[in-house]
Amino acid sequence: MPQTKEEIISKLRQDMIRWEGFRPPQPGVHHDLGLGPVAAAFPGGVFPTGAIHEFISSSPEDTAASGGFIAGLVQKLLRNGGACLWISYTRRIYPPALKLFGVDPDRVIFVDVPLQKDVLWVTEEALKCEGVAAVICETKAFSFMESQRLQLAVEKSRVTGFILRKDVKKANTTACVTRWQIRPVRSQLRSGMPGVGYPRWQVELLKVRNGRPGNWTIEWKKQNFQPVILPQIAEPARQYA
Amino acid sequence: MPKRFAAIWFRYLLTDQKAIRQPDLKGKPYVFAEPDHGRLLITALTAEARKYGVVEGMTVADARIIAPELLVFDGKPGRNLKLLTGLAEWCLRYTPLVQLDPPDGLLLDVTGCTHLKGGEKAFLQEIVSRLKAIGYDIRPAIADTIGAAWGVARCAAAGLIVPEGMHRNALMPLPPAALRLPADALLKLRNLGLHQISSFIYMPDSVLRRRFGKNMVLRLQQALGQEVEYLFPMKEPVPYTERLDCLEPVTTRTAIEIGLNDLLERLCKRLYGEGLGVRSAMLTWYRIDGKNGSITIGTNHASNRVPHLFKLFFIKLDTVAPGMGIELFILEARQTEPVSDKQNELWSAKGGAESDDVAELLDRVAGRIGTATIHRYLPGEHYWPERTPRPAELRKAPESEWRTDKPRPMQILDQPEPIEAMALTPDYPPKLFIWKGEQHIIVGADGPERIEREWWLEPGEHRDYYIAEDEAGRRYWLFRSGHYNAENNQHWYLHGFFA
Repeated sequence: MPQTKEEIISKLRQDMIRWEGFRPPQPGVHHDLGLGPVAAAFPGGVFPTGAIHEFISSSPEDTAASGGFIAGLVQKLLRNGGACLWISYTRRIYPPALKLFGVDPDRVIFVDVPLQKDVLWVTEEALKCEGVAAVICETKAFSFMESQRLQLAVEKSRVTGFILRKDVKKANTTACVTRWQIRPVRSQLRSGMPGVGYPRWQVELLKVRNGRPGNWTIEWKKQNFQPVILPQIAEPARQYA
Repeated sequence: MPKRFAAIWFRYLLTDQKAIRQPDLKGKPYVFAEPDHGRLLITALTAEARKYGVVEGMTVADARIIAPELLVFDGKPGRNLKLLTGLAEWCLRYTPLVQLDPPDGLLLDVTGCTHLKGGEKAFLQEIVSRLKAIGYDIRPAIADTIGAAWGVARCAAAGLIVPEGMHRNALMPLPPAALRLPADALLKLRNLGLHQISSFIYMPDSVLRRRFGKNMVLRLQQALGQEVEYLFPMKEPVPYTERLDCLEPVTTRTAIEIGLNDLLERLCKRLYGEGLGVRSAMLTWYRIDGKNGSITIGTNHASNRVPHLFKLFFIKLDTVAPGMGIELFILEARQTEPVSDKQNELWSAKGGAESDDVAELLDRVAGRIGTATIHRYLPGEHYWPERTPRPAELRKAPESEWRTDKPRPMQILDQPEPIEAMALTPDYPPKLFIWKGEQHIIVGADGPERIEREWWLEPGEHRDYYIAEDEAGRRYWLFRSGHYNAENNQHWYLHGFFA
């Protein structure tokens, strides 16, 4: 029996997290998504799988960066088996690029829904399906009620959902566990080398339930997330001609 | 099990149908006539007209003399076939094997069907009373052979149900017309004074063949069951079919769902026993007002799981319009495939129930939105970026590896968008480019990666691709179409965005 005040409070905190839809990680399943220092922002220090994560992007460049970041996470989720669904109404994702982020493109099923209103229907059905490991949904409108529906679906099925929102103007409240914004930033090579380096992103965790929001610079290197320690010494501008 | 056949003779097919559509004509003498060699010949007539002595083949002018109040309508050739087809479809509720028997009959294989209505007598009574309620005057008969049933229906005065093995006795007193013979053979028989089948049934075959032709012997043997005669069903029966007759017409959605579930359970039980699963199934409903409709579902993998199939139908159940009520549901498994034990592994080779789930999920998506929305890609052996991901079926395993040696953008534009770009030197990446009115100054770039157009597939210029990173760190995939050319404007395009 916990006796001290601190013990009681910490137990209550854990209970609350459980009541809010989080579940303790199942033993024997990989839960480290390779996020490194970012993972510390989540309750319990574990990236919440079986929840809905929201990514907002305002430009196609941001969408591409978010896609890369999500693909990096999905790679880890697919290690435990299962399929991945990529649902969108205007798909621009280029399947061969997923391989660069460790996801076999042939294991991803792309559902190109012509109508926006069907996107969330398909997403909800997919999230209810236990054989699916991850669902990525590119959508425009996403209301609070819809997010609640999706959250309820995953609480039962333990599927991880990623909502990629492309309308940053209406960043309304949602029932999602986290809200991210991924932006591409200048890549860096060893000093003096011309060209483009590894994909590097500014990862902003705008909201996280029961966690601490934060801001990191992360690079995708050798099939893994690598945190970049900033600030670094500014390089001289590269020259070509 | 000995075969039993029913023949239904519509005595006044065309005229009955006319009276159904125009009830005020009932009880009046009227005929259908069609022009033939400059005269109008009567092709169909009512019982009332027959009382005056009017017969088929009489000219209208002659008929008008013996029956002054005769009404004449224009007949349409082929009309009877159309009517018979509709009636044959209606008769599918009694047996799945129905054959048209032009000009005015239907043949039914009722083997093993009659007990469902409480015996042959009740079976025929139901057909007669229901068709009579619609407005058709029919004469049905059941016998061991098609020929005997046909003859008894048309020529016998009584005893329309010929007991098993008694068809020879039943045929004896009938006139030769009961044998489906051509008119010239009938005339010959009459001239010879052979008014009953019994008077020539014992003659040797060789005699009959010499005098009346091969056809005569064949028809006689068919009627007696010595020669096999096959029924050619109008509609090929589906081997896996379940039917649900409703005692009371069904109108509510709940009732339809219960009925559907019941049908699916029976069908799946059968399929499960034979190791089969549904690939495509159709639910047809018959309304009491004679209308019908159907919904079809398809699956990606053969499935015999009731909840899954039910869900697929459930999505489309809104289209069922019960109207006054539905009296009959028929569920057909139109396409079946063996359910393999390997079904569980979709392509991930992970096993377990997961892939079943996914296949069922995709079935539901395809049912609601359409199959064309679901895509999966395998590595295509092409360099041209648009062709590298090759659309593939869901269960196909990749034959080659995905290439990772060249960087590829996360997002790609369907159509490369033209941009204004400035490059200082040939074959160098651009210094800046303008896309959608915004200027991007390029600070880092990789390239060029030349991708030749696959000339055996399409003509055109090659592309020199560059990965370009602008000041804000946004990474683009740009290309120059064709060679560097100082005189002409350069054709630069934006094709994708890197992560």
